[in-house]
Amino acid sequence: MNVKRRRFLRAAMPYLMLTPAALFLLLFLAYPLFSVFGLSLQNYNVARLNQRGFIGLENFAKIFTDDNVFFKSLGISFRWVVSEVVIQLFLGFWLALLLDKTFRGRGVVRSLVFLPWAMSGVVTAMIWSLIFNQNIGVLNDLFRKLGIITKDVAWLANAKTVLWSCITAEVWRGIPFFAITLLASLQNIPTDLYEACRVDGGRPWQEIVYIKLPFLKNTIILTTLLRAVWEFNNVDLLFTLTNGGPSNRTMTLTMYMTTTSVNNNNYGYGAALAVIAFFILLMFALVYLKLSNFGKED
Amino acid sequence: MEISRKNRRLIHTIVFLVLPLTAFILFVGFPLYWIFITAFKPESEISSRNVSYWPREFTFANFGEAWKNAGFSIYFKNSLVMTLIGIVLILVVSIMTGYVLARYKFKGKSIVYLILLCTQFIPGAMLLTPMFIMFSRFHLLNNVVALALINTTFQIPFNSILMSGFISGIDYGIEEAAQIDGCSRVGAIVRVILPLLKPGMVTVAAYGFIACWNEFLFAFMFTTKQASYTLSVGLKSLIGEYAMNYGQLAAGAVMAVIPVTILFINMQKHLIAGIGAGAVKG
Repeated sequence: MNVKRRRFLRAAMPYLMLTPAALFLLLFLAYPLFSVFGLSLQNYNVARLNQRGFIGLENFAKIFTDDNVFFKSLGISFRWVVSEVVIQLFLGFWLALLLDKTFRGRGVVRSLVFLPWAMSGVVTAMIWSLIFNQNIGVLNDLFRKLGIITKDVAWLANAKTVLWSCITAEVWRGIPFFAITLLASLQNIPTDLYEACRVDGGRPWQEIVYIKLPFLKNTIILTTLLRAVWEFNNVDLLFTLTNGGPSNRTMTLTMYMTTTSVNNNNYGYGAALAVIAFFILLMFALVYLKLSNFGKED
Repeated sequence: MEISRKNRRLIHTIVFLVLPLTAFILFVGFPLYWIFITAFKPESEISSRNVSYWPREFTFANFGEAWKNAGFSIYFKNSLVMTLIGIVLILVVSIMTGYVLARYKFKGKSIVYLILLCTQFIPGAMLLTPMFIMFSRFHLLNNVVALALINTTFQIPFNSILMSGFISGIDYGIEEAAQIDGCSRVGAIVRVILPLLKPGMVTVAAYGFIACWNEFLFAFMFTTKQASYTLSVGLKSLIGEYAMNYGQLAAGAVMAVIPVTILFINMQKHLIAGIGAGAVKG
């Protein structure tokens, strides 16, 4: 009996040790995730709780037939994610290439340029709202002195400039992630590959195209995929910097579902938007993994 | 006149290294510099249209006001308590999960990995409403422990995988030897693994600190009383005011940034290795 019990305990050990993690994930991730689907089928507005009840797919019907903000938000999400990922990847890769060279003071430079990685979305929003401010902002002052503008621009209140202003702020915070991961991979490239390239008379740009990029391919695919999902899900910065405005110019789908729930207290409708976001993320992840042939070479 | 080889190399270095690197340093460094010096300017100087690139008059008044009047002493304490509870929970859970992933072969292991990976794709904003309903039902709003629990949940997957990497790096032979000497498996973990796991624990603690300290959305939704605000929520609340006080805002932001900056600079090597590993493994 005692031996049996001990054998059982030994077999159960991994599952026992996974229990705390499982409890956390079940309670605070799986449960809320599934209840979003239930909420999306309800009329549930905190301002009109007496009308609360099951309404089937009515929220979805309204979203797809009678909601201009939704369709606009899809476009803004698309522009937001693509610009963020492309610019961050390009600049992050460039920075990684620069930091891969040896020069004096590299350690200090690295500490500084990687620092925004540790900054929160709220702090980033604070910093850039000071810079972009129409009346006291330093950007207008700089641009006036350089002769780029003659009249002050309200970067965050102007419908034409607001999205690119927000993208710039998020790029500032996002470059280090790519630079850090790509630099780590660059430093794993065996040096004899470079030597072979040099013997064949390869130029620096050929080194990048024929050695570095192919070697980094998997890292680039994985980081880009993760980053795209994170940027799609990003709310901290936009919520603090513009709250989706002016006139919904920075209202991404994730921002729309957040403000519907948080600011307008319309839980049912917000949940329906969340369900749509969930399926977009799911499809995006599947398509991307397939396109990138990820894992086939392993 | 032909440019000598040495000069050509110098031009090459300037164009392909010095100039782009300077541009990066300015783009990244200037905003940090700006929030920092703004915090030391008097309010009248900040709101003047005559922008000063170095404070004409130095003052610590913004910090004093933010700390005492704007409530940042409370926010700082709340953030700190929430973060410390979060770190302890993240450490305990990620060591247990990481140990299982590193040392056991069992049915369903690949499913565990898949689940941990998939959690990276779920937006926190999506869980906001159901969590709010759940937490308000249990009267857990305005509660730092509740916030720590949520933060722990989001940090478990990444840090468990990170921790399993550190545990795999410890020789299993040492553990076996301890078990032969009469230690139970759990005893061997506590007496042999934990002391050797210090670098892993420090790294995970640093990640946990940054994540909990910076969290905004849930803290914003789940705190309704000013006495329970964290730093992120306190900063956001300053923006909503009608007469914005930029000096206090900058000082508050600097207070929020300093602990993370000190941590990042000291822990840089560990953190950077983790970001790379985490991104590649998912």
